[in-house]
Amino acid sequence: MFRTALRNVLAHKARLMMTVLAVMLGVSFVSGTLVFTDTIGSALRKASARSYSDVAVAVTYGDVDHPLPQRLVDEIGRLPGAESTTATVSGFTAIADKEGRLVGDGWSTRGGNYTGTGRYPMLEGRAPHGSSEVALDSRTAERTGYTVGDTLRMSIDGPVMRQKVTGVFSTDDGNVAAGGSLVLFETATAQKLFGKPGSYEEIDVKAAPGTAQATLKAGIEKLLPRYAKDASATTGQNLADEEARRIASDLSSFNTALLSFAGIALFVGIFIIANTFTMLVAQRTKELALLRAVGASRRQVTRSVLVEALVVGVVAGATGFLLGIGIAAVMRAVLASAGALLPDGALAVQPGTAGAALAVGVGVTVLAAWLPARRAAKIPPVAAMSSVHAPATVKGLLLRNTLGALLSAAGAVLVVAGSGMKDNGNMVLGGGAGLLLIGVFVLTPLLSRPVVAAAAPLLRPFGVTGNLARQNSVRNPRRTAATASALMIGLTLITALTVVAISVKTTVDELAAAHLKADYQITMATGQNLSPEVAEKVAGADGVSDSSAVRDAHTELDGEDEWVTGVDAPQIGRLLALDFSHGSLAAVHGESMVVDSDTAERRGWHAGQSLPVRYDDGTKGRLTIGGVFEGGDLINGVIMDNATVTPHTPKAGDMRILVKTAGGASEAHQDSLVKALGENPVIKIQDKAAISRELSSTIDLMLNILYGLLAMAVLVAVLGVINTLAMSVFERKHEIGMLRAIGLDRAAVKRMIRLESLVISFFGAVLGLGLGVFLAWAVGGLIRPDLPSYAMVLPWDRIGVFLAIAALVGVLAALWPARRAARLNVLEAIKAE
Amino acid sequence: MTTTTAHPTATATAARAVDLSKVYGDGETRVVALDAVSVEFRAGEFTAIMGPSGSGKSTLMHCMAGLDTVSSGSARIGDTELSALKDKQLTKLRRDKIGFVFQAFNLLPTLTAAENITLPMDIAGRKADKQWLDRVVDTVGLSERLSHRPSQLSGGQQQRVAVARALASRPEIIFADEPTGNLDSRSGAEILGFLRNSVKELGQTVVMVTHDPVAASYADRVVFLADGRIVDELHGPTADTVLERMKRFDAKGRTS
Repeated sequence: MFRTALRNVLAHKARLMMTVLAVMLGVSFVSGTLVFTDTIGSALRKASARSYSDVAVAVTYGDVDHPLPQRLVDEIGRLPGAESTTATVSGFTAIADKEGRLVGDGWSTRGGNYTGTGRYPMLEGRAPHGSSEVALDSRTAERTGYTVGDTLRMSIDGPVMRQKVTGVFSTDDGNVAAGGSLVLFETATAQKLFGKPGSYEEIDVKAAPGTAQATLKAGIEKLLPRYAKDASATTGQNLADEEARRIASDLSSFNTALLSFAGIALFVGIFIIANTFTMLVAQRTKELALLRAVGASRRQVTRSVLVEALVVGVVAGATGFLLGIGIAAVMRAVLASAGALLPDGALAVQPGTAGAALAVGVGVTVLAAWLPARRAAKIPPVAAMSSVHAPATVKGLLLRNTLGALLSAAGAVLVVAGSGMKDNGNMVLGGGAGLLLIGVFVLTPLLSRPVVAAAAPLLRPFGVTGNLARQNSVRNPRRTAATASALMIGLTLITALTVVAISVKTTVDELAAAHLKADYQITMATGQNLSPEVAEKVAGADGVSDSSAVRDAHTELDGEDEWVTGVDAPQIGRLLALDFSHGSLAAVHGESMVVDSDTAERRGWHAGQSLPVRYDDGTKGRLTIGGVFEGGDLINGVIMDNATVTPHTPKAGDMRILVKTAGGASEAHQDSLVKALGENPVIKIQDKAAISRELSSTIDLMLNILYGLLAMAVLVAVLGVINTLAMSVFERKHEIGMLRAIGLDRAAVKRMIRLESLVISFFGAVLGLGLGVFLAWAVGGLIRPDLPSYAMVLPWDRIGVFLAIAALVGVLAALWPARRAARLNVLEAIKAE
Repeated sequence: MTTTTAHPTATATAARAVDLSKVYGDGETRVVALDAVSVEFRAGEFTAIMGPSGSGKSTLMHCMAGLDTVSSGSARIGDTELSALKDKQLTKLRRDKIGFVFQAFNLLPTLTAAENITLPMDIAGRKADKQWLDRVVDTVGLSERLSHRPSQLSGGQQQRVAVARALASRPEIIFADEPTGNLDSRSGAEILGFLRNSVKELGQTVVMVTHDPVAASYADRVVFLADGRIVDELHGPTADTVLERMKRFDAKGRTS
């Protein structure tokens, strides 16, 4: 039987092609993901192992107010087991490229102290001295074009510094390996910039030969209490292990995300495999019946079909694995060119990946071929004698429709219920969505007739070919359903994501526009707090009529920790417009504050209430709630007067500054602000359009990534449509031959196949769009508690694009089958039995 | 009933082959299916092409109907030389000037009987002549079943739909390829009766390939083919005379 199966695979190479491709794509995505994450992981692990190779024990400070003093460094250095010590201090350091733009993403640009050539070998120039010199890492130097002698504009907490580059060094620093930048100052300068003069954040100790890390650690731990409160010591081994664990866990969530998309593609592939094997079995009814007639058992017949699936799975798994390696390389290149910071290194292909690829390929294929194989076994031996072409079965559709209706109804109910739930709503909704998708899939054969019938007016202009295409597309409802479902799944997800993302974007955009009266918002590109002098400079800039620092201050309000937002009371009314249920922004002054409704509800406060407060400096007082407003993304929580809170809060930081200019935002005003702030690369000055652009770009980026990942599922669906059409053409050879004989020309035959393809694609697209919108509507229920003014927006332009893509899918998928149909030899088609 | 004016007089030639040859393969596998066949099919006549299996009768029909290309010689429908036509023009010719009745696969299962009958005209984007259509449908006795799909019709009824389709567009010539091959004798007789009536009453020209002497006896004239050559011709045949001739060729074939 094995030989029969193998022969069958070889005999049906062309028809199994699409199945192999579908499985292969899914498998390649799986193995590509694994290779990619293995590669990144091993590179990161290597980098971290290198950076800890010389560290026997690392001492870190525990309290910002108690950094590690020089004396501790000296003391540790004198321990018998310590060979050498390296004490470091570091912090965020923004550098501007030659055009004045911020280098990097604002997070991975670091600065530190130069600790000698051991750790930082100088490739060019010399070490930095004094307060106005720096050395730059070679990767960043290459990227920005800076060389020794250039002046580098940089900023640490606000003010712009101009430093001379005296050296370019190489480093195995993990942050730099991951694509960040590093500038080094002379130690004294770095201490002044990042911490306290004469103190450090970390001391790395190298052990003398023969000294165990644990022994050294014990020795150091005895010294710590005397010099630095809360400081701790960790062995290098522990650090490396922890780093490896962190890398593994970071990558694993990334892995899971990618693999779930691969799973969707494979799931879609199952439809195609099942379709193909169903068709192969139907076409071979006589052959299989003959096998049964000459004595093969049912089980042997089942097995022969499954062996075919196995062969297909192995081929698809193996080729998919190879393709996956290519995908991993491409993925890295694409991400790198998109600006992601990735470590170098060879691709890591592990045996486990090959195993996983084969297992997935074989597993999915055999699983999908299971039902067709069982159906094959049910063919009675007598079918070998009858000349009747296997008729399409209609039985089972009643059961199927009932089941589908029940599943869809249950799914829809769960989705709606989940949408309204406060806790665990997302779980219920997700489960319901899955159930609904399966239910609709089960129902698609039933749905195909009315939906396709509704398309009749669109096909009428194509005359007889349109009519034939429409009829043909519903001839085998199960097959059409499975094909359309493959496309439906991808489009459901794409539509749901799009509608939700666009709705959120629009809502937040509208909120910002409605609540923000200010013309500009000033923040740090890094998300850190602005230094206090920025607010003063802004207030004094040309054209600024009103400005207010939006300050973050910690208090103990009504007995609990509460971060309050401080604003400049006299100006805030002209910078913000909030929706108040009680009072107004005018209530923010002196000992009067306003709170948002969520906080009020959570804490059980009401307007007019007087609350005890304890500021960070220990001062106590009482505050009155002068108003309650509707919180939003822009501003929420407790708002009070800067004049009241700042004097008592030494560590208050300015999150942002709101600015109103005389006559509104203009290029001149923006220029004057930029100048007033010293053309600082880290300070972001955004007008309303830029704020909304920033928001859009984040959401668009996320959407684009998801589109990219879901494109795989759509691609597999395209293969499905090609497959189905190729099958239809093959099965209807006689009919097409007859049509050609009585006068349908080649172009019309092609048009007929193309239209059939379009009907199937649009059927899938319409179902997907409908389900997607429904799910998006349901998800809205989960978003509303966080974003009260959320309203679903249907992005018609994008929906139009999706329909256009469905049309493109239809046309592309029909290319090859239509060509085949048109090329059919008329004589052979009508002569053949 | 008089013949319609649209049709040529009985003496005109509807189709003609001159030195028509058809060769398949090359070298050792070379097979001559038709060997310089010259034959004329007169308008308004019912001609049967007969011959044993492999005699080339189907090939002759396919070449004459523009379904197959010829190796040499000429095949004409009316005044049109088929070998000069490209696929597109051939398709148009088949659509507008030729009607077909095949042994099987004659109808599209998705279309009703009525839609199947008007299919060639729908393909051409032409309106069917309502009066003519009614007459054709009446002649083949299908008025009651026009809205049925092929699967709801018997084999004989399906073949009647096919005949109606061939007649509906008033082609210059109808080619029928073993039209009774899949039918029981009663249904077969009906179909043959319709084909004969279409010639006698509607003035149609019909060329039928068959291996059944009884079927051939419905024709006005029988052309006998053997080994790719025309070997005999019979006018006003009966089943017995046809069978008689057939036996002669078989005997010849065996002794030669």
